[in-house]
Amino acid sequence: MSLQAVLEVLEASGPSVAIRESILFYPLVETTHVLTLCLFLGMTSTWDLRLAGCALRSVPVSHVVNRLFPWAIAGFVVMVISGGMLFLSGPVRAADNPFFRVKMVMIALAGINAFVFHRTVFRWVEEWDEGDEIPRRARLAGILSLVLWAIVVICGRMQAYNWFD
Amino acid sequence: MILPVDLLPLFEWFEDTSVGVVIRESLWLFPVIECFHLLALAMIGGNILVVDLRLLGLGMRGQTAAALARSMHPWLVGGLAAMVATGVPMFLSEAIKCYYSPPFWYKMGFFVLALAFTFTVRKRFTAKARADRVPIQGKLIALVSLGLWFTVGFSGRWIAFY
Repeated sequence: MSLQAVLEVLEASGPSVAIRESILFYPLVETTHVLTLCLFLGMTSTWDLRLAGCALRSVPVSHVVNRLFPWAIAGFVVMVISGGMLFLSGPVRAADNPFFRVKMVMIALAGINAFVFHRTVFRWVEEWDEGDEIPRRARLAGILSLVLWAIVVICGRMQAYNWFD
Repeated sequence: MILPVDLLPLFEWFEDTSVGVVIRESLWLFPVIECFHLLALAMIGGNILVVDLRLLGLGMRGQTAAALARSMHPWLVGGLAAMVATGVPMFLSEAIKCYYSPPFWYKMGFFVLALAFTFTVRKRFTAKARADRVPIQGKLIALVSLGLWFTVGFSGRWIAFY
């Protein structure tokens, strides 16, 4: 079965039709998706800015990352569920949209960036936890994360316009 | 909308401003400004959340609410400035639509309340919150703040629907 066929089956499925045709549910899911930006991106950008040396400089890096991590994960879960519902409401159109494709690639890259950061330089965070001497790799990971997630938001917003239908 | 004065002529004037016209006639200007409005939303939302969570005894408990609020303050003000700088041109491009949109009026009303609350009650309280334990007033302030800002964001999104 080709990917296109899978998307078409999804699009014809009961849940897809139900979300698409709902009057209140769709806007509520969309609003949830947008407002959860505050929780997810708000938390990640707080520690990214700390890594970049731009905010909370008197707070140890490990405090910022570890204490906000569960909240960012909670935000991410809501993002994925609400985003999944939005995708499900029109999978063929979404998958066809260049902004959606770029968005998915950027999310993957942001994930890889976070994974590498946690597996490498964050492992020896005790050595650079306090103060302004942030290793270049950590600083770079923070800036990269800020840029990648900003592109994700921009692509997500642009995707909603019917420029490619 | 029941208002003491008829604001429609004013909104028609807004709609006719050159900024409004330029944005309205462009295919991509509104979406691009909207993207930055959303990025600023994440910034403000995160900022408010970090401090309000701390007032509730959650999140960054290793720091006092006073220290957090002080170091986050420039980002809050910067985020608000970016929010207004992107929100006003979007409004100008569709002022008459906004005039007839109930969510727009809710958003503006709650925005004024949220701003006033944040820069008076909340600011005064957090400046003095130097203890590890936050008293019950702090928790109430955090809940009111979260409620007010949530309503601003929620009704903002709904301008597009009504």
